[in-house]
Amino acid sequence: MKSAVIVFPGSNCDRDLKVAIELVTGHAPEMVWHKESELPAGIGLIAIPGGFSYGDYLRSGAMAARSPVMRAVSEAAGRGVPVLGICNGFQVLTEAGLLPGALMRNAGLSFVSRPVALTVENAQSLFTARYRQGEAISIPVAHHDGNYQADGETLDRLEGEGRVAFRYSESVNGSARQIAGIINDAGNVLGMMPHPERAMEPAHGNEDGRRLFEGLLEAVA
Amino acid sequence: MKARVFVTLKPGVLDPQGKAIHHALEGLGFGGVQDVRAGKLIELDLADGTSDDEIADMCRKLLANTVIENFRIERLENA
Repeated sequence: MKSAVIVFPGSNCDRDLKVAIELVTGHAPEMVWHKESELPAGIGLIAIPGGFSYGDYLRSGAMAARSPVMRAVSEAAGRGVPVLGICNGFQVLTEAGLLPGALMRNAGLSFVSRPVALTVENAQSLFTARYRQGEAISIPVAHHDGNYQADGETLDRLEGEGRVAFRYSESVNGSARQIAGIINDAGNVLGMMPHPERAMEPAHGNEDGRRLFEGLLEAVA
Repeated sequence: MKARVFVTLKPGVLDPQGKAIHHALEGLGFGGVQDVRAGKLIELDLADGTSDDEIADMCRKLLANTVIENFRIERLENA
């Protein structure tokens, strides 16, 4: 299966994401620079990595969301191509309007970098089929702006439609309802602050992230 | 022509930075500060004749995230 990792100036988890995808699929994803206006033909998965695209200027993800490649990403997402945004990638997806809400400065103002306990809130999605409903997992976070906020109506809708994929089991950054990751209404776009690509093999100390890629690739293969 | 765009968090949106500034002011002994909200000021140098609508469009499309922020435009006609 063909996949692409989008690379912005300031992305810094793009290579980790490439390694994770290659580990699970056996095929290296194409690394697509933000100035490209088209994605490789026949793409089956788009991944938007963590980092500090454009130095987090203006707002985290704001500049990246307006870069040429994101028009192609939006168009592909509209056709149902799965899009996975991790950390800064989640911020880019909200700024691009592909996911609702916004990610604000952590309530404690500190950069948080540690493994966090998560609950799988929806194990039926394209991205979470390899987890059990309500399963407790641990995946590292590393962010300054992970405080997910949306109006009450949006939050209720996300909860009601099973679009909260992951929830923090403890307060990590002040996120509304401790939301760690959400899915779009069509079910093919996931944004999450924790880094599953950093929990792939025993040397990482934990493999809870690996099943996200395995489940996703099984679903799209 | 110049314009200033003030971007502020919507009322009710928690402002951790404003809160930290508030605490710091209190720490310096400034009493009587009820609340602090931090925002951004963006100065634009524009072609003459740029309309308010165009500037508002810039705000909606990039300068402000209207999910969480409001914006206010101030034109400086003689600048």
